[in-house]
Formats: sequence, structure tokens, C-alpha cells
Amino acid sequence: MTTNNLLRNLEELQVKALDELKASLSQEAVEQWRVAYMGRKGELTQVLRGLANLDPEERRIVGAAANIVKALLEEGLAETEETLKVAALQAMAEQGRIDVTLPGKPISLGRLHPSTQILREICAAFVSMGFQVLEGPEVEFDHYNFEMLNIPKDHPARDMWDTLWIDHVDEQGERPMLLRTHTSPMQIRTMETMQPPIRVLVPGKCYRYEATDATHESQFYQVEGLAVDEGITFADLKGTLYEFARLLFGADRKVRFRVDYFPFVEPGAEMAIDCFACNGEGRNCRVCKGTGWIEIMGAGMVNTKVLEGIGYDSSKYTGFAFGMGAERIAMLKYGIEDIRLFHSNDLRFLGQF
Amino acid sequence: MKIPLSWLREYVDINLPSAELAHNLTMAGNEVGEINDIGGTWGNVYVGHVISIEPHPNADRLRLVTVSLGHEEITVVCGAPNVAQGQRIAFAQVGANLVDSHTGETETLQAATIRGVVSSGMVCSERELGIGDHHAGILVLPEDAPIGKPLVEYMGDVIFDIEVTPNRSDCLSVIGVAREVAALTGKTVREPDNFYAEEGDPIKDMINVEIADSELCQRYTASVIQGVKVGPSPLWMQNRLLKVGQRPINNVVDVTNYVMLEYGQPLHAFDYITLIGGKIIIRPAHDQEVFVTLDDAERKLNPPMLVIADAERSVALAGIMGGLNTEITEDTTTVLLESATFDAINTRRTSQALRLRSESSSRFDKGIQPELSAIALKRATKLILQLAGGRVCKGMMDAYPQPKETPAIRLTQPRLEKVLGLQVPVERVNDILTSLGFSISKQEDSSILVTVPYWRVDIAQEDDLIEEVARIIGYNSLPTTTLSTPIPAFQPQPDRELREQVKDIMVACGMQEVISYSLTSLANLEKTQAIGDGIQPIKLANPMSEEQEYLRTNLRSSILSTLAYNQNNVREGIKLFEVGRTYMASQNGTASERHSSLPIEREMLVGVVTGPRWSENWFGDEGNLDFFDAKGILESFLSQLHIQYIFEPTDGPMFLPGRCATITASGSTLGVIGEVHTQVLERFQIDAAPVALFEIDLAALLQAQPSGTSQYQSLARYPGAYRDLALILNIDVTSASVQIIIEKSPLVARATLFDVYEGSGISVGMRSLAYRVLFQLPDRTLVGEEVNQALKEIMAALEKETGATLRNK
Repeated sequence: MTTNNLLRNLEELQVKALDELKASLSQEAVEQWRVAYMGRKGELTQVLRGLANLDPEERRIVGAAANIVKALLEEGLAETEETLKVAALQAMAEQGRIDVTLPGKPISLGRLHPSTQILREICAAFVSMGFQVLEGPEVEFDHYNFEMLNIPKDHPARDMWDTLWIDHVDEQGERPMLLRTHTSPMQIRTMETMQPPIRVLVPGKCYRYEATDATHESQFYQVEGLAVDEGITFADLKGTLYEFARLLFGADRKVRFRVDYFPFVEPGAEMAIDCFACNGEGRNCRVCKGTGWIEIMGAGMVNTKVLEGIGYDSSKYTGFAFGMGAERIAMLKYGIEDIRLFHSNDLRFLGQF
Repeated sequence: MKIPLSWLREYVDINLPSAELAHNLTMAGNEVGEINDIGGTWGNVYVGHVISIEPHPNADRLRLVTVSLGHEEITVVCGAPNVAQGQRIAFAQVGANLVDSHTGETETLQAATIRGVVSSGMVCSERELGIGDHHAGILVLPEDAPIGKPLVEYMGDVIFDIEVTPNRSDCLSVIGVAREVAALTGKTVREPDNFYAEEGDPIKDMINVEIADSELCQRYTASVIQGVKVGPSPLWMQNRLLKVGQRPINNVVDVTNYVMLEYGQPLHAFDYITLIGGKIIIRPAHDQEVFVTLDDAERKLNPPMLVIADAERSVALAGIMGGLNTEITEDTTTVLLESATFDAINTRRTSQALRLRSESSSRFDKGIQPELSAIALKRATKLILQLAGGRVCKGMMDAYPQPKETPAIRLTQPRLEKVLGLQVPVERVNDILTSLGFSISKQEDSSILVTVPYWRVDIAQEDDLIEEVARIIGYNSLPTTTLSTPIPAFQPQPDRELREQVKDIMVACGMQEVISYSLTSLANLEKTQAIGDGIQPIKLANPMSEEQEYLRTNLRSSILSTLAYNQNNVREGIKLFEVGRTYMASQNGTASERHSSLPIEREMLVGVVTGPRWSENWFGDEGNLDFFDAKGILESFLSQLHIQYIFEPTDGPMFLPGRCATITASGSTLGVIGEVHTQVLERFQIDAAPVALFEIDLAALLQAQPSGTSQYQSLARYPGAYRDLALILNIDVTSASVQIIIEKSPLVARATLFDVYEGSGISVGMRSLAYRVLFQLPDRTLVGEEVNQALKEIMAALEKETGATLRNK
């Protein structure tokens, strides 16, 4: 065979091979093609082997041409294999389509009781102002719950706290123990055990002999506050509670203080915030009952009789105290209409917070 | 205390709109809870005059009433039985807003044709005017009511309902409130002129007063009026009494009530003729004394309850209620009028012991100053004279053994500034106190001596005066500052911090927090706990109900009740927890010490899980929450708290046998976990099963917590080797005991149980446990030889201690 014939054969092989490769549409077909041309007995392999029988000049020319053909076929093979691989992955992925609108697998969520949530919020507000959170006993002595708070026995102000008494009578024929009607006894316990400067906050359960209705509960949380030191004034009381109202109900809240009476403070006050439901404009507003104001806590300067009862020098130290019902705060914040829900433990209620 | 504006105006000029007045009173401490605007809706309602009545042509029970309004006459259909010619009545013209007698809704009156007769207007009942419930008949006005006058001008009023605080007994009176109004608006109070001529017999010939206990009765004043004519009070007085909720009785009794409301001093009128021996003795009751009060109730009295007695018997319960034996009747001609000062505490105790509260007792028990008794006596005497006629006996009876001295209080400028954070000029302080009736008896540079007016029983110390100054200035006009005193040193609260952390971890484990009542019934506690030795619940002396009679000794009963309550509302699994206190009588000291010390309040965590593990779903997972779900939660919980724990099998009375474990840490018990016994579930009517419950003592948990902060451990740097160990064991051998033996090997970092199998291929009474064991050291790589050797040693130990064998392939 002449050189030209050999070269022509190579060219024909190249055309034929590439055409066949183009027609190979599966990985199996491509493999057959590779064996047919580039396998041990493949056509191109045969040609390359045949080069050895040529004379050097011919071998150089034909060899170069054969190597080009080999490179072309290898390149074609790689390209085809890549295309087929991509197509196969694509096909596989297509089969894995899912309905992404099916519901996810649920993770059961726990929640804190709304009372816990509001107590934490209230505590955090005062902690940010340097108050420390303390707690005290729920079964109390009359001594702490009333006497030391300037509410002696047979004082008409005792009517303000309908009391549940523990069934025990002492030698004097009195009942010395009760369920605390407010967290205020901790004012006394705190001052007995600590020295000024004092800034404490006392959350806790309280109990009253009270028929329950939408706004009254026999068991509820109260949060008490007490600050005692030299130089504390009524102005500080106002400022502290104002800041609290802003922290809990929003920075543009307004507050109002009016005169009120609690035997353990003097002067005594009641703080209200402007109604966030109607902004003071709703004549028929259910939250503020048209007054524009919502009363949220009692407060005042610690009565000198209380300070002196503990042995504090009332000419040196002054202080303020305040107390609020936590559920009432939560009811206002979350729009809850019935305080009884807090102890209903109805999961349809608790699940909302 | 209800205060009609019209009555208030008798003592003080008022130019403010009623809403503003109410606001000012409220801000200064007398909270106006409600403003009842009587007549505010009475547009188109006038005083009418019934000039004729004709039968209705088509209805027997209806009549045609012609009403004159002065300038016009209108005929309307009327069904009221009590309408009569000549009456003055309230006549509503078309367009008036009236309360519908049946629905209670306010509706606008329109012309209507009733049985063929056009009716353009209405003769009104109390109910239609919104001033009472009476609607069977029309409201008949006094004969002098001015015809044609708008009704609101004739009888409209504004009634303030004031919530008087216990310290301000002076404001349980119209004059007391008038004094407040005067101080707040810069006016002065006009007190009534109480002068009258004494034209009767000398009083000392009529009555002799003796106070047996001057502590319980500080002052007793009395007058006697002869020749009175008992009858109804004039309408103006009846109306005033009705407006404040007091029922008119007769002119004499009405005067006592009227003056009590006016001045705040309770009074009592006796029929003089019924008093035996011309004597009044104020003395403690005898033992077991029986006395019939005005309300015809028999009362058993005991000392030191105070009575008013004549020469032979009790005639009144001092300061609380008069006696039936001496009450004023239509036939009374001579009245003995009492105005006295009774001890607050004794009155309060008596009224509580007898469960008898009256307008009188609720004033005495807040404290009334003796000065008031003579003033009120004169006022009431004069009014009786005016309304019932007669002659007042000469001289006022006044037993006042130890006249009270008027206290004076020093008020200094520095103290005022120290409390309020504001300097108030002395002149302003003087003006304010003077306007409230205080007098300044002495003035120095920075202090004043203040005499308290008799009616202010609440002012006893310097800060009380400071409040007076502050409240008239107005709290909202005082400065507002932030605390500038030092912040106290931080003090750790480990129990509180732990509890809040416990709640957070429980929530992270998918548990819902609940909060239950601390009070419960014995029956409910007994559903989960044997009550008796060691467990003695604290009982209330005055429970609100049997359901809330005892303080709870456990949280299990509460949470199972909560579960029962919710089981029908929830379709998915329920996972609840509560952190709360249990209350037990103190166990220390002698019996009397135990009883006189506060109970022990232990804080507990309780949790329950029950119901489907997954809510209804499309992915096919099912099964119910059980013991191991609850245990998994506890294990996560304890490891989050860095507590090394052990679960040990036990049997508890409220749990199913063999499905209960105690949890211990460093040798002390933290709590218990188990599946609640079916019998217990039945007691709560819980249908779901299983219900797994755990209970942890927070104090024990705090003890078990490692002290200090947990420290970082360097990450494993050398590779480990895993080996699987499939064992066959007697079924009584616990997996925990096997695990302990495996993990004892110093080369073992961790062993994980990955298979538990009983059944075919394993003999009865045996089971297979398979562990994946990780061998790893922190400081070097292990070689295969070492691992194989360690595995052999583990196997030998297992065989020796548990009888374990390797499971054949």
C-alpha cells in the first residue's frame, strides 16, 4: 500500500469512527465503540501496530497522521462520556422530585406559661436598673404580712386584703400564719437581713379570699419592689416606674401618678399608663373604660413607721416601694380578657404564647 | 360613698364640669369610680300636669290622658294604673330617649297609633327614665313641681361614686368631700348653721348618762326633743337619701341618717318613753347577753361588746345598730338623740363577731374624733326640730371623761425636700395646709408647727403632712428623676437561677409549662399520695371551698388533673411540666415549735408525657409516648445540667410494677420516674395510657450540680477504634450494669447500646444486648493488639459478673 492509500484509510476511519460515536447514545454503546476502535483489537490500534512494518519515511508521515486521529477520537470519547454522565445525573435527579408543599415533620415545641414570661420581662426591666431578684415564703406570719407593714390587728385597712388563714391557733388565741396576701412582707424580711443600699424585686405567688371572676383570682403573682438608701426621693420613685413603663409597654408611653393609700407607704400613689389600646381617644375603649388611663400598680415612699419598726434610722434613710399584679400586666399586654385562664391550664390558651 | 353634686353644692361653690371635678378628686386620692349622670339623657322630657283622663274607646285597660306642659296640651294613650288627674308627672315628647321597660335598651320615642288612637308622647315610669326599677306605674312628682320645666333642670343630678380609702373616714361624708373640693379648687366650705332655741324641760331632769368604760366610749352627747310628730320626711330629704342608696323611713330616723351622710357621724334616735328609769348607761355586754336588734334578729353578746342600756336592759348595740325595744314609731312623741364616740377596734371586733356591718359601724371602725359628736348632735337636733316640730330640752347632755388634746406636728423644709425631691416655698406649704383646714400655730425659719383639724384622723406624723402638700400640688407636677444612689453588690441566687434554667431546658425538650393552684382538696392529694404519717398537709382555717382547703403536698395530682382536663381538647401527644412548691409542716423541734414555725416549702419539678409520639401525619410514624420518652427528656435535662445520674429500678405505689425508677446523683435521690398505674389514671378519669410521669426535687438537684463552671475538654486528637459486642444475658441483668462494666475499661471512651433482642434464636429468660464500643485515648493512638486485649478483659469481666456470653453469628 502506498502512503497515500494509508493516509486515505486513516481519514476514512476517522470519519466513520466519529460518525458512529455521535450515534452512540448510551454508555454501553460508547463502550462498544471504544472497544471497536481503541480496544486491543480495535481498528485504530491495528493501524498503529501496522506502523512498525513501514519504512522510516512512511512511518513518520503515517504515524503522525495516526496520532492525530487517535487524539481526535480520544477527545470525542471524553466529550461524549461527559455529556452522557450529565444527562444520566439529570435524569436521576428528575426522578427525585418531591411535593415540597407536604407538611414538614413536626418538632414538638415547649412553651413557658405566660405568667412566667411576663414575670421574666418585669424582672429583666428592673434588673436593668440595678434591682436584684429575691423570693420569700408563701405561707407567712401575720407579723410580716401585716403587723410590720403598719397594719396592726383590727386596723380597718385589713379589709383591703381578704385573707386565707392557716388552721392553727397560738397560745394567745390568735392565728399567727396565713397565705401571704401580697409580696410586701418581703420588704420587711429584706430590710431585716440586708443593709442599705437596697434595691430588690420580689416576684411570687399571693393568695386572697376572693370570689373569682374575670378580673379577680384567689391565687395570683405579684411583683414587689423596694429601694432604700440615703437620698431616695418620691421623684426617684416616679422616674424608676416611668422607665419600667417604657421598657414594658413602649418608649412613647406616658404615665400618671395619683394619690392612693397603703398603710406601709406615705406618700402613697397609684401609677397608670396611658391607654395603648385607644391612645386615650376611645370613649368606649374596653381596656381603659374610656378614661384614657390604665392603673397598673400601687407605690409610695416607705412609711417611717415601717423603717423604724425594723430599727432603721428614718431621718437618715428613705426609700420607695411598689407592687403590681403580674397577670394584670400580662392581660394588658396580650389582650387576655379573663384572669381565670391563667390557672385553667387549657392547652389551647397556653399554646398561644 | 355616693355623693350627689346637688348636695355637695350646698357646702361649696363648684364651677368645674363634673368630669373635671371627678378627675381632680381622683388624682388627690378620692377615686371616683363611677359618675352617674341622672337626667343627662332627658332631652324632650318635661314636668307635665295631668289635666284630664278619658277611657280609651277601644281598650278597657288603656286610658287617654291629657297632659299640659303650660304652653300646650297633648293627649296620649297610657296604661299605668296609678295615673290620676291633677298629678305632676314626667312627660316625654316624641324624640326623647327612654329605657325600654322590657329590654332595658335605650330607644328613641316615636309617635304610635295604639288601638286606633294616635299617641305622641309618654308619661314615664322610673325605669323609663333610668332612675329605678319601678315600672308598674308612672313616676309621680311633688305637687310643687314646675309645669313645663325640662325634667333635667328640675331633678337631674350627677352622682359621684367615690371609693374612699380606709384612712379617709372623713370623706365618708358630703361635707368631708366638700372640704376636699374646696382645697382643690381654692374655695371655702360653708358649714350649716346649727343654732336653735332650747324651749323644752331641762335635760338633766329627763336623762342621766353614765359611761362605764371611757376607753370604749370616749364621748357621749345626747339631746331630748319633746312633742315631735313622726311622719314622712319632706321629699327633698327623701330624694337625697334615695340618691345615696338610703331608704327613707320617717322624719326622725331620716335625720339621723342624713346627718351621718352629711358629717360622717353616726347617730341614733330612741323613743324616750321606752327608756326605763331615765338612764343611759354605756357598758360592756354581760356574758351571753341576748339582745334583739332593729332588724328583729336575736344577737348573743359577750363582753367587751359595748351596749347602750337604760336602767334595766340593753337598748342599743353601741355604734352598730339600735334595739327593737326602743325604736322610733309613729306614736313617738319624745326623742332621745344620741351622738357618741365609740372605740374603733371594739366596734370592728363586735361587728365582725356578730357578722353585722352597718353604715354606722363601718364609720366607727375607721375612727371618728370626739369633737364631731357635739357638732353632729346639734345639726340633727335642729333638723328634727325643723321637720318634726317639738321643743328641745334645755342643755345638751355631754359625757366626755377625758377630752382629747389636739395634736400638733412639726413639718420641716429639709424633710419635705428629702421625701419629695422638691423645694416648696413655706408660703405655699402654709396655703395648702390652711386650705385643708390645718392651722399653722408656730413658724420658724425652716419649720412650722401644724395643728390637725379634728376630722383628719389619718394625719399623725410629718410625712402625712408631706403627702398633703404633695397631693394638692399634684403628683404629676412633682419632679421625675432616676435613681442616683449606689447599686447594691450582686448576691447570687442559685436556687432561683437553677429553677429558671430548669424551665428553659424543659421547654427546649418540648414540654409545655403549666401553673396550678397551690390549694386543693384532701381527696385530690390522696389520689397520688398516702396522706398520714410524714405527710400532713397544711389546712386552711377559712377555705373558700372544699376544693381549696389544703396546701398541696405534691404536684402530681395537679398535673394529672390538668392532663385529664386537656385530654379531650388535644389530639396530639401531651407533654406538660410544672415547677412549684409543696408545703409540709415543719418536722423539727417540739410539737409546739413545729406548729408555730412556717411550713417547709419545697420546690419541685413534675412532668408528664402521654399520647401519640407524633401528631397525625403522612409519613407513617406512629406509636405512643412512654417511659423511655420521659426518661430521654430527663437524661437530656440532667446532662444539660452536667449532673452524673443513675436510674435504678424501684416500685412506687402510684406507678405500674417494674415501670418505675429512682434517679440518684452522687448518692442522693433527685426524684422518681415511672408509668402511672392504671388505677391512679382511673381516679383522674384519664383514658390515655401509658402516662409517664417524673418528679424532681429542685433542692436535691441544686446539691447534685457540680460546683463551679464546667471546663473545656480538649478535642480528641488521636483516632479511636470501634468494636461491636453482642452479648447474651439473663433477662434480669440490667443494661445499666453491663454498661458500667464495659465503661470501666480504661481504654473505653464510650459504649452505646444499639440493639435489644428477645425471641427466636435466644433461649427463654435470656436476651441479647449489643453495644458499639469506642476505644480511644486522649494522648496517643491505640494499636490493634491493645484493643483486642482490652475487649478480652471486658468480656471476661462481663462473664464473671453477669454471666454474659458472646452471641454466635
